[in-house]
Amino acid sequence: MSDKKPISSVNDFVVRFANVNGSGSASANEMFARAILRHGVPVSPRNIFPSNIQGLPTWYEVRVTEDGHLGARGGVDMMVAMNPQTWDKDVAGIEPGGYLFYDSTKPMPSTKFRDDITVIGVPLTAITNSTYTDPRQRQLFKNIIYLGSLSALLDMDPKLIEQLIGEQYKGKEKLLSSNVHALHLGRDWALQNLKCPIGLRVKKSDKVGDRIFIEGNSAAALGAVYGGATVCAWYPITPSSSVAEAFTAHCKKYRHDPETGKAKYAIVQGEDELASIGIVIGASWNGARAFTATSGPGISLMTEFIGLSYFAEIPAVIMNIQRAGPSTGMPTRTQQCDIIACAYASHGDTKHVLLFPEDPAEAFEFAAAAFDLAERLQTTIFLMLDLDIGMNHRLCRPLKWDDAKQYDRGKVMTAEMLEEGRDFGRYLDVDGDGIPYRTYPGAHPTKGSYFTRGTSRDRYARYSEEGSVYADNMQRLVRKFETAQDLVPRPLQANAARPTKYGVIYFGSTSPAMDEAIGLLEARGHQLDRLRIRAFPFHSSVASFLAEHDFVYLVEQNRDAQLRQLIVNENGIDPVRLVPIVHYDGSPITARFIAKAIGDHQDHLKVTPLRKAVS
Amino acid sequence: MTYIAKPKFHHPGLKKNELGYTHRDYEGKISTLCAGCGHDSITASIIEACYELSIEPHRVAKISGIGCSSKTPDYFLGNSHGFNSVHGRMPSVLTGANLANRDLIYLGVSGDGDSASIGFGQFAHSIRRGVNMTYIVENNGVYGLTKGQFSATADRGSKSKKGVTNTDNAIDLVAIALQLGATFVARSFSGDKTQLVPLIAAAIRHKGASFIDVISPCIAFNNHAGSTKSFDYVREHNDAVNRLDVLVGRDPIAVDYAPGTVQMVEQHDGSKIALRKIDADYDPHDRLGAQAFLQKHAAKGQIVTGLLYVDPDAEDLHEHLNTVETPLNTLEADTLCPGSAVLDKFNASLR
Repeated sequence: MSDKKPISSVNDFVVRFANVNGSGSASANEMFARAILRHGVPVSPRNIFPSNIQGLPTWYEVRVTEDGHLGARGGVDMMVAMNPQTWDKDVAGIEPGGYLFYDSTKPMPSTKFRDDITVIGVPLTAITNSTYTDPRQRQLFKNIIYLGSLSALLDMDPKLIEQLIGEQYKGKEKLLSSNVHALHLGRDWALQNLKCPIGLRVKKSDKVGDRIFIEGNSAAALGAVYGGATVCAWYPITPSSSVAEAFTAHCKKYRHDPETGKAKYAIVQGEDELASIGIVIGASWNGARAFTATSGPGISLMTEFIGLSYFAEIPAVIMNIQRAGPSTGMPTRTQQCDIIACAYASHGDTKHVLLFPEDPAEAFEFAAAAFDLAERLQTTIFLMLDLDIGMNHRLCRPLKWDDAKQYDRGKVMTAEMLEEGRDFGRYLDVDGDGIPYRTYPGAHPTKGSYFTRGTSRDRYARYSEEGSVYADNMQRLVRKFETAQDLVPRPLQANAARPTKYGVIYFGSTSPAMDEAIGLLEARGHQLDRLRIRAFPFHSSVASFLAEHDFVYLVEQNRDAQLRQLIVNENGIDPVRLVPIVHYDGSPITARFIAKAIGDHQDHLKVTPLRKAVS
Repeated sequence: MTYIAKPKFHHPGLKKNELGYTHRDYEGKISTLCAGCGHDSITASIIEACYELSIEPHRVAKISGIGCSSKTPDYFLGNSHGFNSVHGRMPSVLTGANLANRDLIYLGVSGDGDSASIGFGQFAHSIRRGVNMTYIVENNGVYGLTKGQFSATADRGSKSKKGVTNTDNAIDLVAIALQLGATFVARSFSGDKTQLVPLIAAAIRHKGASFIDVISPCIAFNNHAGSTKSFDYVREHNDAVNRLDVLVGRDPIAVDYAPGTVQMVEQHDGSKIALRKIDADYDPHDRLGAQAFLQKHAAKGQIVTGLLYVDPDAEDLHEHLNTVETPLNTLEADTLCPGSAVLDKFNASLR
């Protein structure tokens, strides 16, 4: 039936599951991804889900990648089409030579299929209906049954899946055995009735190593635990809610006094984002490490307080799990679209520190570091994640912690220091780094108290509308921001094998796709030096990188190339030399997209001398 | 504005409280509000209450929003940290501060614009969470700092200085606080120091969300005929249900009220409130009764004042969250960070 040779590939393909949300498919699909990991083969899974709880289409994509390319690839080699609503689009999306797996209980007209793909039907409904009577069981076990069939078709070791089921249902023997039974129902049917395996196969390997499989939001939340956060205030918003939920879970495990059972943390679900950031600022003002997690609309609401944090110099950590904006935008789709909104948040002249982790491991490190930075710099620190990092399981290096590390609580004048007669001016720059000392409320009976306000004041926190006093303070804030440059994570540079005049700058979740794209571009003969920016304010090496290259590509996941704007604005760079490569449809950027966009531009550059010759 | 320092010297014979502080130790900078402003009387009452309670001045954190009332924390407790935050957001800032250090006394000062309009939500949610605080609204029914617009507590039918009649219904913050579960609810009048000082003192001693609505006439924009928040109007319509005295570590003999009309209320911290009942039928432990009483009297155009409700055994947010007794802001890496061994195990669970 096929006029295209079926795709044949070992440990390098993409399987996409099309489901209806609320059908319980998520855990079976995740188990599929984990099972492949247990074969020693890296996977990169992604949830593609609607802003809805039940009934709408949802997809789960697993990229099986022996080479460890963790970015989205694009294209689907095998579609597990479990959702009639999206059938036509799902079938159309399969690569030529690919595979379609479906529930064949009900006959489908041949027009519903394609000639250039391999169609694999398993009567899932018939199998479940003849085995189970309870409707909920039928629904749930159907997912495990297709997992069983897939294990046979893809030549997976069923023992490894059984092991995972065993871990998941540890202590719940009945559930454990019924799940294993369902797995074998599907597997056995496939082995008896279909040609197994197909062209796509999973073969045991050793490419996973000691890496862990974790969602960025959970890692960032754990970073907050390790970083000493004691107060968390938040308001539910996709895709950030799981940060606060994970923080709650981690704290329940790690932050209760073993003797009294009491909590060494306080978590408040605020009435809105205004209250959340207000609580964070109140707690930080009073000397606790506090944070909130939110997404674009929440950032918009918080901006008045962010200005207060900047101007009154109160530490705060805001984790922004970015999603596609503007307005409500696409709440369940990924983007890096709040760069400008966060860098210059609030009215008046402001600048804020942004951190750009590339994966969960860095999310953990940067989250912990954010609290040191916030207290050192006495200002808001944004941890800029996005949905792609935050809400997907990502394979990454194990999390690490140095037990010798102490928290940097910044410049705090203690009762002893006040007693010694140290001059305390809340906004006095004693060290020339723009960072003043602060005192905690209640520190000393007669010394060190001051009145915190968002209005202008002098170096001793006394209200003032004097122009020179105001300007003096604003200049000091600039100095402080310059100090921040050397405190934030530095950019990482990787040079091409041969010297080149071309460079590329990228950040955050673009990382894996960019790394893969470099290989594709090299294959096309394009050499590029890479610079991964990890924070704003930009370190001086960013300016050097720009100076060293004729053209620099700025790869971003937003429409307006916001990081490029920020670089042009902050470094006074000629924008012509900075070529935006933007991807902003809400799906994660792919290596294919980057390689094509940069490759085409490079080809175009190479044509230029010919045109010159004609003229 | 709020930068005038007050001379520190005082009469050597000035009375001292139990901790040896004089009245002057509880003062702040010189007020820059209009002469005769009701808010300054409230400031004086706060100073008096803190002196009477022998509070260490620096153990109070005074937090406000934006507006005339929110400027006042600069005029009392000069050795306390103050925070003039964002318009309508005092409650969240105070909540956060309270979570960070449960050992300080939290005094939230706000106005009717700050709490009944822009910050109505924050007012409500801080109360329903039971934050251990004294929340004072200096209520004048008008936006003073922006020169005389109606606020949401202005009564329907009342007239502005410019002669405009308010057609919107008024928000009664006391009624709302009762509904939201505040465990100490009172109303008073800035011009009635005898009633106000003990109310503030009792509110400070109360563990839980204490709310006091203080009618405080705006001398510049809301003290004319036709206003229902003017000195004359409030004096004429004030219906006090009780007067009280707060007894801390003293014998109840300090009460000079006739037996039979005095009701003693013991608060969580052992302090006692002696209530001289003016309205014999009024029960300050009956939340529902208080709500009905308020409504009934509001319909008659009366402003009910006094301690309207108290739950002496109230719990606060820290109890709800089961937080440790040690202030969270004093915890360091040794108690907060689970360490690398735990992290290794965590990593292992993710393979």
